[in-house]
Amino acid sequence: MSSSAKEIKNLISQDYKQGFVTELEVETFPPGLDEEVIAKLSRIKNEPEFMLEYRLKAFRHWQTMKEPDWAQLNIEAIDYQSISYYSAPKKKGDGPQSLDEVDPELLETYKKLGIPLDEQERLAGVAVDAVFDSVSVATTFKGKLKDAGVIFCPISEALQEHPELVKKYLGTVVAETDNFFAALNAAVFTDGSFVYIPKGVRCPMELSTYFRINAANTGQFERTLIIADAGSHVSYLEGCTAPMRDENQLHAAVVELVIMDDAEIKYSTVQNWYPGDENGVGGIYNFVTKRAECRGHNAKVSWTQVETGSAITWKYPSCVLLGDDSTGEFYSVALTNNYQQADTGTKMIHIGKNTSSTIISKGISAGKAQNTYRGLVKVGKKAENARNYTQCDSLLVGDKCGAHTFPYIEVKQPSAQVEHEATTSKISEDQLFFCQQRGLSAEDAVSMIVNGFCKEVFKELPMEFAVEAQALLGISLEGSVG
Amino acid sequence: MLNIENLHVNVGDKAILKGVNLQIKPGEVHTIMGPNGAGKSTLSHVLSGKAGYTVTQGKVTYMGKDLLGMEPELRAREGVFLAFQYPVEIPGVSNIYLMKAALNANRKHQGLDEVDAMDFLTLVKDKIKLLQMDEKFLYRAVNEGFSGGEKKRNEILQAAILEPKLCVLDETDSGLDIDALKIVAKGINSLRTEQRSFLMITHYQRMLDYVKPDFVHVLADGRIVKSGGPELALELEAKGYQWVGGKAA
Ligand SMILES: Nc1ncnc2c1ncn2[C@@H]1O[C@H](COP(=O)(O)OP(=O)(O)OP(=O)(O)O)[C@@H](O)[C@H]1O
Ligand SMILES: [Mg+2]
Repeated sequence: MSSSAKEIKNLISQDYKQGFVTELEVETFPPGLDEEVIAKLSRIKNEPEFMLEYRLKAFRHWQTMKEPDWAQLNIEAIDYQSISYYSAPKKKGDGPQSLDEVDPELLETYKKLGIPLDEQERLAGVAVDAVFDSVSVATTFKGKLKDAGVIFCPISEALQEHPELVKKYLGTVVAETDNFFAALNAAVFTDGSFVYIPKGVRCPMELSTYFRINAANTGQFERTLIIADAGSHVSYLEGCTAPMRDENQLHAAVVELVIMDDAEIKYSTVQNWYPGDENGVGGIYNFVTKRAECRGHNAKVSWTQVETGSAITWKYPSCVLLGDDSTGEFYSVALTNNYQQADTGTKMIHIGKNTSSTIISKGISAGKAQNTYRGLVKVGKKAENARNYTQCDSLLVGDKCGAHTFPYIEVKQPSAQVEHEATTSKISEDQLFFCQQRGLSAEDAVSMIVNGFCKEVFKELPMEFAVEAQALLGISLEGSVG
Repeated sequence: MLNIENLHVNVGDKAILKGVNLQIKPGEVHTIMGPNGAGKSTLSHVLSGKAGYTVTQGKVTYMGKDLLGMEPELRAREGVFLAFQYPVEIPGVSNIYLMKAALNANRKHQGLDEVDAMDFLTLVKDKIKLLQMDEKFLYRAVNEGFSGGEKKRNEILQAAILEPKLCVLDETDSGLDIDALKIVAKGINSLRTEQRSFLMITHYQRMLDYVKPDFVHVLADGRIVKSGGPELALELEAKGYQWVGGKAA
């Protein structure tokens, strides 16, 4: 190996700045999962009867299922009975009614993560729901959103305040029988965000949920449900971090998006769960089912994800394009370093006429990491004039990592146009040297080149978060050149 | 400013430079000519710290310091600039972004404040005029899709912004049309000061009509086989490298 290839290798070491643990009094279930645990969970959350039935149905189905094994991943067997399915900071009395009542330790935690929950300090245009382990601890700007008719609250609260809405939509995009992890989530999900944008409303601010896993040996199973009614518009962002721990922790989320006539949802994710250390010890298992259904005519959904964290990521945000003229987009940056593994991509299911989809995927692999793009473009019989464009680029940093691309295309309609382009490149020593010759450190050079590679995706992120995402890539690559 | 003493360099087992001696004082312009494969680019790479070369003998001091012991980025920040014979493309990274990042890395090293986006824009617009480049080049990805000549101009633009102490120009004149050659030469001349030195690698005497060197050296088969004033270039043009004992490639 030449000396600058060695430098690239050295640059890939880890510096995870969100790895601290918050000391709190918590209420945690003992590890284990059975119908009683589920009943207890439902009771604690004071859920309506239909929820318990839903959960039990999912649980019974889950018990008949097997973990999927088709992904390009090396996963150590997960013992589902050794996980605790509920952990929440202890409430004082009825739980916080306003931010003043939220445990200062918690506020401090989010502040340290760069997510101040204090509305004065917060970016003016963004409302935040903060989910800590199994529960939502605070939601900002509720009043302002309410004035616009927008509902943005923890899903546990939505089950109390708007049970009919939740019942109408929950599980209609991702059924409780959909896949192993979705079934598990349906059985045990604890919290997450609920958003309803009424007809014709343009949500006056960005909505965002910030997920934090804190407790050890706990799974986080959050559920997000967003409904954009006819002619409405919303931009939503989620961020995620967790402390550094030696054990792997499970995160199995389900996100459902429903988009009606002429409505639009822009959903962005900056995922930075703890990735494990440089020897591959610890880290989050991120097994997520995300799906959007464009139910209406001319509905539009766009997924943008920046995935830098997690030991293992298994995630395929999908678009079901039911309504005629509806549009689905997927923009993804997935960076894996050290021993991280990612198997991620999307599914574009064209059912309606004149539906179109775009997939831009940027996979970056460094260290000994493996990065797989897996994408399905399916055009049904009735999807006349459906169009898809897929561009799938991989960038290798160093020579011990891998990139894989699995595009699946199924077309049943002759008028459909499906295009696929793929490239694989390496950061060349010449590029690196050129930047160094201009005075940049090798580290800054790699970060700059990787950011350049991801530009098409970053420009889809809301401004504030694009800056955050760029910084995150830099941090995730820290140490990958000497 | 720069003192190269008995420099021997190998690539793998192959000896490329076989005892190069060269002294450059502040403000001087030295030209190196020589047949293809003589080791000119190798010399420029070794001076700027590119990996893959082994120095087997000799030493190089720059401003009194041991140059060969310094990391490439440190050499750059200390004022050694290389205009590449083949500038690389960096997709997705805008030219202006790279130049600002580079300038700020240099300023930081000198203990100066970073320039903000507005001040930088003013600076870069001023320099780009000098090289008669369109402002749209600032926002294009570094060298991506640039023509050969545009890449060379872009290198000199970077030198103009970074204001190095020692400019090593590796065939900056190759691939330039007649007008572009004049513009680039003008750019180089505008950089000439009492302090700033140049090591200019070229194949063409024509370039020396525009940028007048103080010394001309002939590098052949890894050694400087002849040195002289500007008149040496004219003589070479007339007689070829055979005359100085250089083998044609
Ligand atoms: N990485 C390498 N591996 C093997 N040989 C090399 C390598 N780099 C340079 N060389 C050899 O070293 C010799 C000198 O190359 P160099 O690029 O320095 O020549 P040059 O004088 O700049 O030539 P030109 O005028 O064509 O640009 C050549 O024979 C070249 O093939
Ligand atoms: Mg050369």
